Formats: sequence, C-alpha cells, structure tokens
Amino acid sequence: MSSTSHEVAQGPHHSGGAAPSALSAHSIVKRFPGVLANDNVNFDINAGEVHTLLGENGAGKSTLAAMLCGLYQPDSGYILRNGERISLPSPRAGLQHGIAMVHQHFKLVERFSVAENVVLGSRDLNFRIDRNTIDEKVAAVAESYGLPIDPTAVVGELSVGQRQRVEIVKALYQGAEILLLDEPTAVLVPAEVEKLFENVRAMTAAGKSIVFISHKLGEVVEISDRVTVLRNGQVTGHVTGKGSANTKELAKLMVGRDIDLAPQRASHPIGHEILQIRDVSLTLNGVDVLSNISFNVHAGEMVGIAGVAGNGQRELADTIAGLISPTSGSVSIGGAMSTDKGPIHARELGLAYVPEDRLGVGLVPSMSILDNLLLTRDRDFVVDRASLQPEASRLIDQYEIKANGPEHVARKLSGGNAQKVLLARELSGGRTATKLLVVCSPTRGLDVGAIETVRRVLDDARSAGQAILLISEDLDEILSLSDRVFVIYRGAIVHETPGETADLATVGAAMAGLSSTTSEGHN
Amino acid sequence: MNDNIWILAIANSVTLATTLMFGSLGALFTERAGVLNLGVEGVLLSSAISSFLAADASGSVWVGLAVGAIVGALLTCIHAGLAVILRANQIVSGLALVIFGTGLANFLGKPAEGKDVVTKLKPITFGPLTDIPILGPVLFKHDIITYLAIALAIGASWYLFRSRPGLELRATGDDPATVDAQGLSVANIRIRYTVFGGLLMGLGGSWLMLAQSAAWHQSATTNGIGWIALALVVFAGWRPMRLIFGAVLFGFTLQLPFTLQAEQIDAISADYTKMLPYVATLVALVALSRPSRVNALGAPRALGTPFVRDER
Repeated sequence: MSSTSHEVAQGPHHSGGAAPSALSAHSIVKRFPGVLANDNVNFDINAGEVHTLLGENGAGKSTLAAMLCGLYQPDSGYILRNGERISLPSPRAGLQHGIAMVHQHFKLVERFSVAENVVLGSRDLNFRIDRNTIDEKVAAVAESYGLPIDPTAVVGELSVGQRQRVEIVKALYQGAEILLLDEPTAVLVPAEVEKLFENVRAMTAAGKSIVFISHKLGEVVEISDRVTVLRNGQVTGHVTGKGSANTKELAKLMVGRDIDLAPQRASHPIGHEILQIRDVSLTLNGVDVLSNISFNVHAGEMVGIAGVAGNGQRELADTIAGLISPTSGSVSIGGAMSTDKGPIHARELGLAYVPEDRLGVGLVPSMSILDNLLLTRDRDFVVDRASLQPEASRLIDQYEIKANGPEHVARKLSGGNAQKVLLARELSGGRTATKLLVVCSPTRGLDVGAIETVRRVLDDARSAGQAILLISEDLDEILSLSDRVFVIYRGAIVHETPGETADLATVGAAMAGLSSTTSEGHN
Repeated sequence: MNDNIWILAIANSVTLATTLMFGSLGALFTERAGVLNLGVEGVLLSSAISSFLAADASGSVWVGLAVGAIVGALLTCIHAGLAVILRANQIVSGLALVIFGTGLANFLGKPAEGKDVVTKLKPITFGPLTDIPILGPVLFKHDIITYLAIALAIGASWYLFRSRPGLELRATGDDPATVDAQGLSVANIRIRYTVFGGLLMGLGGSWLMLAQSAAWHQSATTNGIGWIALALVVFAGWRPMRLIFGAVLFGFTLQLPFTLQAEQIDAISADYTKMLPYVATLVALVALSRPSRVNALGAPRALGTPFVRDER
C-alpha cells in the first residue's frame, strides 16, 4: 500500500475523520531578516511513525523543526498536539508536551557523566542528587528502549554515535513522545547509522514518533514511512508509504531540477607524473602516522584515497601541501622536490590545496570572500583589492555561491558556499597555474545541489589536465570520481584498485583493516 | 627557636585565609557559571570602606558586615549587567570594576582616611578548648566569619557536586548551549551567581576591615588580596575543598615575612618573601590566559565567553 502525490500543499489539510495526528503544524510562516524560511508549511506525524523532512540546507526544515520543539515561534500558523492547539514558547514547553529535539550539534556537557547529562534540567530531580539513584534510573530507561549505555561513562570520552545515543536517552528520559532528529546521520560512520536506524525502529515500535530531518536521499528512503520535501521554505511534495520513494524523484523535488551524480572518469588520456610521493613516513610524538607511502598522480588523473577518519589522511595532505615535513621520504610536485620547503614553495610549484577544515585552515572566517581570494594571489606589499573585484564577482557567479557579493564575510557563508569559495580560490589559480589539486572531503556536509556543483568542478579540473588527489571518507564519492583508488589504513596504503572496477565491499573491508590483497607491494 | 611563634604563624594563616576564601569562593561561583569577574580587588575595597562607615555610624559590627556584603553584590550587578546582558568583554568589564571600586572607595573613604576601627569583630571564645596546645590557637581562636568561610567552602563543594542547582551551575559554565536547550535561562543563572559571588566578596572585604584592620587606609587595606583570590581559584582547580587549603597556604606566605622578621631570620630578604604570594598570583594569571592549559586545570569551558543562542 503506497501512494505518491506531489501536490503543493495549500492551506491546512486535515486527515478527515480519523484520530488526530500526534502532532501537526498548519500554515506555518516564519520570516528571518531577508529570508522567508517557512512559507505556509503544513506537516503532521502520527504515533509510531517516521516522517522525514527532506530538503537542502536552508530549505527551512530545521526552522520548522525548531518551531515544533519550541525553539522558535512561528510568525503565523498553529500547532496541534493530539488535535488540541498548543503554544510552545520555549523548548521547556515543548518537553512538557512530549516533544524533544536531538540536535545535530549535541547539547551535552563533555565533562559530565552520561547520567548527569541525562538528568540535567529534568524537573523531577530532587535538590539532592544521589549518583547511584540517577545512574540506575538512567540505565533503566535506556535499557527499556534497547539503547544500552553506561550511565557512569564520561561523555567526553564517548564516540559520536554513543553521544547521540545519550541525547536520545535524554529525550526519552524526559518523557518525549515525539523526537525530532536533526540531521542525525551527518556525524555518523556507516556502521553507526545502521545502529541508529535499529534504535529508531525500536522507538517507533514502542509508539514514539520520529521526525527525521535529512538531506541524504538513500537513508531517507530506507527509514521513512512518509516524506515531506521542502524547498525554499515551501513544501514541494509528499511521498507516502514505506519504500515507495525513489531517490531520483526525491532529489528532483528537493532541488527543483534533475540531479546527475553519475560516476565520472578521466575522459582524456592521462599525462606525465605531477605528484610523486616516495617512501614517505611520518612519526609524530612517537606514533607512526604515515609509513612508507609511495604513489604518483598524473596530469588529468584523479586519484582517490579512501579511509576511515584518523588513519593519516590529514597528515598525508598536510605533508604534500608542505605544512608538515615527513620524517623520511620525499614529495615532488611537477618534477621539483618540495619536501621541507614549506607551503609557499609547494604553491609556487603549482599546488592548490582544499583542506578538511574549511573555516579555519581553508578560509579566514572573519574576512570577506575577496580578502580570502587575495590570500593566495597577491604577495605584493600593497594589496590591490580593486583589481580583483571583477574576478571575485565572476567566481561567485560561476560557482553559484550564495553571497551578497565579494564583501560577504566568510563566516556568514553556509558550509556549502564556504566550500565553493575555497574551491573557487584554489582552482582559479594563484600566482602560478595549478598543476596539482589536493582536496580533502570536498562535499562533506553539503547538500545535493552543491555536491553536484563540486563534483562537476573537480571533473572539469581533471579534464583541464590537472592532477587531482581526492581524500575523502565518503566512499561513494571516491568510487564514482576516481580513476585509481587507494585505501589508507593506519598510515599505510593497504589496497589499490582502478576506480572503474572498484568493488564497494572489497574497498570497505580494506578500510576496516581486513585487507590482504594488494597491500604487500606498498608495505 | 620559639615554637609558639610558628603555631601563631599557622593560626594567623588561617585568619588571613578568611578574606581569601570569601574572595575566591565568590570568584569560584562566578566562574563556575562561566563569568570571569576580575573586579574582586575593587569590590573588596569598596565593601571594606562601606562596612567601616556603616559600622562606625551604627555602632554595630553586624550592620557593617551586612552593608559591606550588599555593596559587594550591588557592585557586581554592574559587571553582571555588562557581561551577561550586554555581552561585553568580561576582561574589560572586570578591570573597569577594579577601577570603579577603587575610585568609589577613595571617594567614600576620604573623610575616614587613617581613622581607627572602633567597632571590631571579636573572636569567639571556646573556653577551655582555646587552651589546648597547638590545636587551640590554630582552630579555636577565630571569629564567626572565619568559621563561616570554611563552612561555606565545604557547603559549596557539596552544592556543586551533589545538588541539582549545582549540576545546572556547572553545566552553565561548561556548556551554556546545553543548559539553554533544556529550557533553563543561562542569563538568569549567570547573573544570580555573579551577584552571589559579589555578595561573598563583599563579606570578605568587610571582614578584612572590621576584624583585621586597625584603621582605614585606602592604599593598604586590601593590598592586592583580590588578585590573589583570583589566582587561588586557578590553583584550586575550581574546587572549593582545595580552595580551603590553598587559602591557608597563601595566608601562610602572606604572613611569612612578619614571622621571619620576628624570628630574626634574615637569610632571605623580607622583600623577597613579601613578593612570594604576588609572584604566585602572576603565574596563575598567566596560566589563566592560555585556554588550553586552563582547560587541563579544570576551568569551566565557557569561562569568559558571552552566551549567544545560535540564530540562523
């Protein structure tokens, strides 16, 4: 039983006759200065259901969720809980109505124990806190939903997935019937996502309602009973029925046009070697971060490095960029040795570098787009801002950067737009023409439209004959863009395969350290 | 060698620790809420002169103490308003409070400069307990406010780590966004503890005046004890129990030059021993300026950072 409808919702729509929804929002309008974040939005959820809010960054889904839990107040429209009109002046009021939000950035005190975090702010707490009692109570609540967790563990020492579980347990402990999960998978590795989905199913089985907020199509299709798609603050479609949604259709509703994320490979014959890495090893504070890494990247070729975060990727990128000197081994760019010569020298040899940390290492958050562009251009004593102005405007257009012009401050850009500025700067050439592009996690946290742009940009750079090293935890991205794929595990290349014929399972196993295949040659 | 003088020295250390304990407990509560109040010295001075004037006029030491404490609370209201409501730079605001408090004390104290403290706080008499050798003078020869300071520190420790409001207080200093998401008011909590901190500082300043000083001297009554109190919080790792020991230790170094003089030990010049607590203070304040190091010491994570709810 499934039905698909794309009607743009007009005015409140009541599910006639049947029991009222657990929670419903009607004709919600919310304005922020300069933006209409929610434009006449309707939404409802029943007990025991997963209803997804799908949309790109800035589509208004988080704003809607914030109003459903009491963080913001709608400018107009109303909210019903079990058919009765409620007002939610604060998150506290939301909790009293059994509505809780699990934030994307966890609201947990790292120094506190799990139990302390769970009971913090709880109304039924006595003046005196007895650790044993709260530990037992918290453990009991967690256990009853199949979310076992050690109440005495210090949150700062938990993994991201475990912290998320603490957040969920906290919401349940406070009596939440409706949980809003804001981009819950954005921070999780695939295995943790599976675990989360198990938890979500356990909670819906227990009659809880889950509002799932996401822009990742695959998982939306997997977990949702219903999907509401938002674009520019408006509902652009509803899809009902588990498994009836398909990703292509959802992507179109979400972005407003067809999206092409098909694999792309080098279309031109590859050229000579641009990047040569020879036996690079790196020891930091007595730990071997990189061991005997050797490979080449040719002009017009994209080499992907896959691996779970923390296996030496960032250090490898920083070594190539000249930010770190390797303990042994050498790096050369365009045939010239760049080891130990620092980042400016590497850039003069034609390196462009998109680091993992966009606002921080990549861009100066407090400076404008223009000034950030200037950073890699001008090394004269007197800065010539005026002459760069037209180019800055051109790049903003070309990369579809949503900004108020070249003077827009980098900090105020969304993640996707900041990434586009960084790519625009690095790809448009600095003082020397770019020969080698090192990009780390270029699409992490971006929405589908931006991912498409970034991929196209990278592919264009490859076609233009640049050598590209793509370092990413997103395996799909690596596999669909790279001409050759390496897997890095504990600082060593443990697997190598052509991108075209790469097998997801084999590469995945190598990332987890279960490889035995082509690793010997590199170790 | 006179044994008694060293016992007296320890007893004096406990006495001298009283103002330090109030000052640093006040700072500790403030900082645990995430607010840095560098104005302790100014608050101590203003409350000292206020308590002196009030005690002098009313003839009651208790009125003096109460007025001093209230003046302390009122003064920190300024800091709370600037730092919490207006989200001003807390370092600048705190330093402004030092200047303002000093100026206010100067203004109020002009007519009283050099005047003797007549209405004084007397030690409690414990009868025979006072005569116990060593323990008697160390433990049973103080006034009620000194005992109150120790009781407050112990109570503060329980409050911080074993009570619901204490949990909320610690959470506010570490991660105000989390507290806000729970529907608790960060501003409310911060203002409350900043002003309560000021009350404690005010009490400390009044005690210093009415129990310790012979006369009011603008330039010599507090002698930088407010700064030492701030350093003490760092040394205590923001823990009240450690603060008791730290205060006695600092108290010991403060009185050391006099004891050494009395003992006629002059191997080290008194100029150097007098410097000791201030050098230690400098070290602590330098440490306070390095975020990573302060974190390792146990500082509240959000210390000195105004809280702004994430708006899109």
